[in-house]
Amino acid sequence: MASTRELRRRIRSVKNISQVTKAMQMVAASKMRRAQERALATRPYSERAWHVLTNLASQREETEELHPLLRRPAQIRTIGMILITGDRGLCGGYNHNVIQAAIESMAESKVPVKLITVGRKGREAMLRLGRDIVAEFPGLPDQPSVTDVIPLARLVVDGFRQGTFDLVRLAYTDFINTLVQKPVVRRLLPVLIGAVEEEAMYEYIPGYEPEAVAEYIYEPDPHTILDTVVPRFIELRLYQAVLESVASEHSARMVSMQNATNNALELIDELTLTYNRARQQDITSEMLDIAGGAEALRQARERQAQERSAQGYR
Amino acid sequence: MDTIYCEVVTAERIIYAGDVNEVLAPGVWGQLGILPRHAPLITSLTEGELIIRKEGHEDELIAIHGGFMEVRGNRVTVLADTAERAEEIDIARAEAAKARAEALLKQPVSEEEFERARAALRRATLRLRVAERRRRWPRQRPPMPASEGR
Repeated sequence: MASTRELRRRIRSVKNISQVTKAMQMVAASKMRRAQERALATRPYSERAWHVLTNLASQREETEELHPLLRRPAQIRTIGMILITGDRGLCGGYNHNVIQAAIESMAESKVPVKLITVGRKGREAMLRLGRDIVAEFPGLPDQPSVTDVIPLARLVVDGFRQGTFDLVRLAYTDFINTLVQKPVVRRLLPVLIGAVEEEAMYEYIPGYEPEAVAEYIYEPDPHTILDTVVPRFIELRLYQAVLESVASEHSARMVSMQNATNNALELIDELTLTYNRARQQDITSEMLDIAGGAEALRQARERQAQERSAQGYR
Repeated sequence: MDTIYCEVVTAERIIYAGDVNEVLAPGVWGQLGILPRHAPLITSLTEGELIIRKEGHEDELIAIHGGFMEVRGNRVTVLADTAERAEEIDIARAEAAKARAEALLKQPVSEEEFERARAALRRATLRLRVAERRRRWPRQRPPMPASEGR
């Protein structure tokens, strides 16, 4: 059995670990709540923007002619895939799950897939697998704002317009609740007004409602307006996906840290029991030593006395 | 008096929502006034001040930096890239940003940086103008004259 001193040291270190994991759990919980609130706050904008898009589209026969970002390419030669992961570990299966989902989607596609990674973990995994990474973005801040995703949005929009990508997919983690996060891969570009279910963040887009209205007055003209609306819409999709991913990462971290804290507390209990047992045994054996020593001394003395008296009789 | 429902939304939050009497917006082709029962309209917006008028209330001043506006079925929806209510504007911060941008514009910098500084200067100036306007205006506007012939 381990010595009591060693046990005491182990208990102390496990206690420290439990304090650290507890703190991480609390931090993750508050960050998760904030990311969740932010994700919900984007919903009104997204709904209104979608209304404008569908209203504009409902007045034109050929939607796809309206704007290059709404056009389905004749042939798909290259696919762009944005992979959103975290920068750090210690968050259960969060990074692994979304990377796995991206890999599965890549295995299914018949044409080459070019990757754009957001977050270090996804980049590292894809580099290890030797996949084609065309761009990488460092992890996003804990409280991302729309401006943080603008460079990323610009990259994919330009890539799509120039034909570098004929389709852009987005792999991210959908926050369902604190305990459930679902990795998903959805289409980001082109934006197809008729097929909402395949779109990234489709839960934020309200149903299509082709409400008849009189012809709009356009200032300046539909093309210019779509030129501002559609890229904004893409930025928003990315922003929402990032927020959902951040909320998922924090909730995954919160849950795994909670488990770690619970395990540490359990371990402390076990170690304390072992420690007490060891201490008791030490005391017992010490007492046995003392008693044994005293007994030996007494016997030795008795023997001496006997010997002396035996000599005396002689 | 007739009203029109007005909403000002950014990607991050809802800035304003309510029934109003008039909306003045900075359209790409100049200032636009939207009154109740306006015809359907979609327009891009530039940087400028959005003014929301409501009878018996102080005018609501909002600094917006680009976006677009849809008018449809007695409803105005402003989707702004960024927007701040006049009372939320941090004057000290805007002034500091303005000074910084101006200092940068005096130095020889790359074209890209120059553009960025100019945009920053425009934003700061707009913020200051909107905040200033609010301070000068009377707290309570007189009720608008009742429209006739209705």
